[in-house]
Amino acid sequence: MSVLSLVITALFYISFIIFVIGMTKKILQYWATPAPLKIPVAPTPLTRTGVVLRIIREVTLFESLFKSSKWTWIFGWLFHFGLFLVLIRHIRYFWPGEVPEIFLLVQPFKYGAFAMLIGLLGLMGRRIFVDRVRYISAPSDYIMLALLLIIGVSGAVMTFTSNHTDVVMVKEFASGLITFNWSELPTELQLLVHLLLVIILIAIFPISKLLHVPGVFFSPTRNQVDDARKKRHISSWALDQEKNNEVRLDQIMGEDE
Amino acid sequence: MAKDFEIPPLPKYIEIPSINEGAMKGEGPFKSSEEFQIPLGFPGEKVENWQDVAISKMGELKSKYRSVQVFLDVCVKCGACTDKCHYFLGSSDPKNMPVARQDLFRSVYRRHFTFAGKYFPKLVGAKDLDESMLDDWYNYFHQCSQCRRCSVFCPYGIDTAEISMAAREVLDAVGVGQKYCNQILGKAVTVGNNLGLPEPALRDTLIDLEEEIEEETGVAVKYPLDVKGSEILLITPSADFFAEPHIDGLIGYGKVFHQDGVSWTLSSYASEGANFGMFIGSYDVMRKAALRIRKAALDLEVSRVIVGECGHAWRVAYSFWNTLSGVGAGGSDEYSLKLQNQLDSRYPQPQHIIEYTYDLIKRDKLKFDKSENDDRTVTFHDSCNVARATNMGGIPNGQFILPREVIKAVCNNYIDMERETIKESTFCCGGGGGLLTDDLMEIRIKGAMPRMQALKEVEKTDGVDTLAAICAICKSQFSKVLPKFDFDPYMIVSVHQLVSDAIVLDKSHTIESGVEENIEEATQ
Repeated sequence: MSVLSLVITALFYISFIIFVIGMTKKILQYWATPAPLKIPVAPTPLTRTGVVLRIIREVTLFESLFKSSKWTWIFGWLFHFGLFLVLIRHIRYFWPGEVPEIFLLVQPFKYGAFAMLIGLLGLMGRRIFVDRVRYISAPSDYIMLALLLIIGVSGAVMTFTSNHTDVVMVKEFASGLITFNWSELPTELQLLVHLLLVIILIAIFPISKLLHVPGVFFSPTRNQVDDARKKRHISSWALDQEKNNEVRLDQIMGEDE
Repeated sequence: MAKDFEIPPLPKYIEIPSINEGAMKGEGPFKSSEEFQIPLGFPGEKVENWQDVAISKMGELKSKYRSVQVFLDVCVKCGACTDKCHYFLGSSDPKNMPVARQDLFRSVYRRHFTFAGKYFPKLVGAKDLDESMLDDWYNYFHQCSQCRRCSVFCPYGIDTAEISMAAREVLDAVGVGQKYCNQILGKAVTVGNNLGLPEPALRDTLIDLEEEIEEETGVAVKYPLDVKGSEILLITPSADFFAEPHIDGLIGYGKVFHQDGVSWTLSSYASEGANFGMFIGSYDVMRKAALRIRKAALDLEVSRVIVGECGHAWRVAYSFWNTLSGVGAGGSDEYSLKLQNQLDSRYPQPQHIIEYTYDLIKRDKLKFDKSENDDRTVTFHDSCNVARATNMGGIPNGQFILPREVIKAVCNNYIDMERETIKESTFCCGGGGGLLTDDLMEIRIKGAMPRMQALKEVEKTDGVDTLAAICAICKSQFSKVLPKFDFDPYMIVSVHQLVSDAIVLDKSHTIESGVEENIEEATQ
């Protein structure tokens, strides 16, 4: 194997390990941090089923964003949905051997890449040209979009122009990562750029705003049932405080008159 | 504080302003002093090592509140909330955009608690907590009314109220508290109400009120205080005892209870529905205030607890009381069980006065002469805390439906304001969240602009001349700001004032039925 292929192979594993450890830590942190008070925001579901439906609408249709800003919604939704299609199409590279029928069904949706790129360009344009969004943007916000744009463009270049790469070799390489059966990678620049940036993206996932992916499921204003009068909702620390520190409140704030 | 400023004009449609940096820069509201800090357990003045204290408090809060931890991490700066805050729309200061307000806190979080912020602060907009950042916190976290409108529109439900409560808690922990909230809380947790009104004064007030009503209507509507064994304990904001137009709402509650023939009482020990502990973000202080109500309910051996017209009081009562004190169902600790044993399980506990009146209307227990309100064309202002943080009637969106149904049962002319400015999208009055103080008048007036704009439109198109609300803060705020926008300050009324004006009182409930007719004749 070439040094280049070895380095990329190693980087893939490193970023993947960072991703798994980082995300596990963050998800456990969100899980373990109590939500001491009932704070669902209207329109609130009164049942558990209602909450599940609300979160499904939120993550598939971006319901709240739709209410908020149609432009951001169109670009944001195009990007995410396009990315979703593109990711499913990538499964065939990583699947060792024959790909199950079901994944072949999405093969015609390769144009998802364009939805993704249009969405990203729209979001970038909004960030640059709307004064309010420009004001709240840090360099990392632009860099994140640029990263995704370059990943998208380099991928699209390989799919839609004559700058194809050797997909059979890519499949060997990618599925080899899964089966620990490492193999050689083609060396076209567009492929290397594509892969390196993906590696970076995977690694920064747990330390960046990409945490919105797990975070949206933990948002108390979205995932709580509006049933405060029916069930007593109390966190562990508040319960401890109640048991042990009853007197403390009086000591600090004075006995009642 | 009496700096000159322009009253924002009311356009036909609200335009999103271009950002105007530093438009609302300032020193913030009056700071609290030792006298008000110490009783709440906060340092009397800014502590020596305030940076360390603040950072460790941030760490504590993010480990105790999932909202704080998740909201600080997940914002993608999409900008969806940037045009949703009434204070931004009215002031154009970019730090009043919800995300920018949160970023004051988030940038410090990133600097001290995240890998990227520790090693690449410039890249991710991480900032140190220095003197000027703390000043910005104090100033801009007291330009947030914690109304949660931004949260409705955020794709992740990020609620700036949670961040602003956390920031205020950190500020209190370093000894930089707000005078208005902390002074009031001192009275609430020792005397029992925000006004510091002791039992004899309250009793006198209620007697005066009874006399006034009897003179006017000839009916002896009673305002019982501390009557043990009553069926209902009414917990209402203390503003209802004194302020205009609040007191006309209190008159309305009394008439409804009178008509129902139910025994009810107020408590001099727990004579406050408002709970400013929520505004300063302190679980302890909020709980301390809430425990008075539990004690009053147990001591007075009531079987129902009903809450008067007050926005955040209803939020605390509906959403937090069960957690804080066990007033509600489903708890298994000592007090919860005691309360469940005592309180009538056929009703949700606690209930809102609107739920109570609505229920009587549905059961045909109340008679109204709607023509009494024919001189009015009414619209309803959804108070932010009621609209976005509570429910009524146990039906989806009940908090929007029930108050409107009550109004329509007593008024012939009712019109809603523009859909984007009501219900879950309602604009705050501009005075909530601990901002109802004269030293914040500029932001209160600017923040009222979006609500005033929607009101102006229905005034023009439908001749609306009455604005009804179910929140003590909204009522006080509107009384002050309405005239600034060329409205009649008296157009703001309690929903139960409308009920009071239309309700047909049953004279048989009065004790001296012979005298009443003479009085009625005399007063006519």
